[in-house]
Amino acid sequence: MANSFSSSCSPSMKFDFDEKPHVLAADDNLIDRKVIERLFINSTCKVTTTENGKRVLEYLGLADGQHPNHNDLKVNLIITDYSMPGMTGYELLKRIKESPTMKEIPVVVVSSENIPTRINQCMQGGAQEFLLKPLRLSDATKLRCHIKKLNNPLQGGFAGEDDHA
Amino acid sequence: MEVGQMQRAWVEYTRSLFREGFLDAQFQQLQLLQDESNPDFVAEVVSLFFEDSERLLADLTFVLEQQNIDFKKVDAHVHQFKGSSSSIGAQRVKNDCIAFRNFCEEQNIEGCLRCLQQVKQDYYLVKSKLEALIRLEQQIVAAGGSIPMEELSS
Repeated sequence: MANSFSSSCSPSMKFDFDEKPHVLAADDNLIDRKVIERLFINSTCKVTTTENGKRVLEYLGLADGQHPNHNDLKVNLIITDYSMPGMTGYELLKRIKESPTMKEIPVVVVSSENIPTRINQCMQGGAQEFLLKPLRLSDATKLRCHIKKLNNPLQGGFAGEDDHA
Repeated sequence: MEVGQMQRAWVEYTRSLFREGFLDAQFQQLQLLQDESNPDFVAEVVSLFFEDSERLLADLTFVLEQQNIDFKKVDAHVHQFKGSSSSIGAQRVKNDCIAFRNFCEEQNIEGCLRCLQQVKQDYYLVKSKLEALIRLEQQIVAAGGSIPMEELSS
């Protein structure tokens, strides 16, 4: 699928591009992708949107057959829709949390359906939060706080690497 | 019409759309996301919504015309439609989708066909209203005015 990634950043921000937290979002709904993108760009983040879990794994270098290369990768928050074709948000969450290198990235699951068992399942699975759609400005502000707490955006698997926390 | 008049017309029209249940608070959230650096955000999302909806309605019509209706497919499409209408704040369409899904679950053909008609009707209604609203916004901006979003919270 062409253009399954889409990256943007707000041109009006003054600080260094690299300092902006990077949000990686997965949602199969086009309108939701556009809204998430705008919500987080307005909260001064860089945003990359994808259509499904498989794309997220590919981006993180975790897909089958990939060799992870973390040198340039910086992701501070992953937001995933629960209901997606191919792989649910929960399945994606588990894959990320099973990865020794990616498990530190906070993962937030969003869903249009308020199902307690689903919510519990995701929280047990290591989700930072579970939010109901549609997302609003106050949700972006709340999630922005999760990003701030994570000082090292990506824990690399290389011992002795120079880390600027 | 001068700018002040157009702005007042915009406020009245927007309020009526909320009052009559065509749009809900989520639409306001989208309006709040629009600013000088992204003056066309709402128009862009609305335009995406129209494209997406029309595709979904065509798919739904097709699936429901078949001899053996694949209710899973119907449900999948309605779920998508419910999602996007909810994200844009198109309240009536969203509520129609909720009812639609219930009939899908029951595999009730009559019910589904009725819902399809209803959702089409409400979609086209909200579409023409949103188009009118955006046209008015464009006229205000073209005349050098700004959209008085703050008036809505009073």
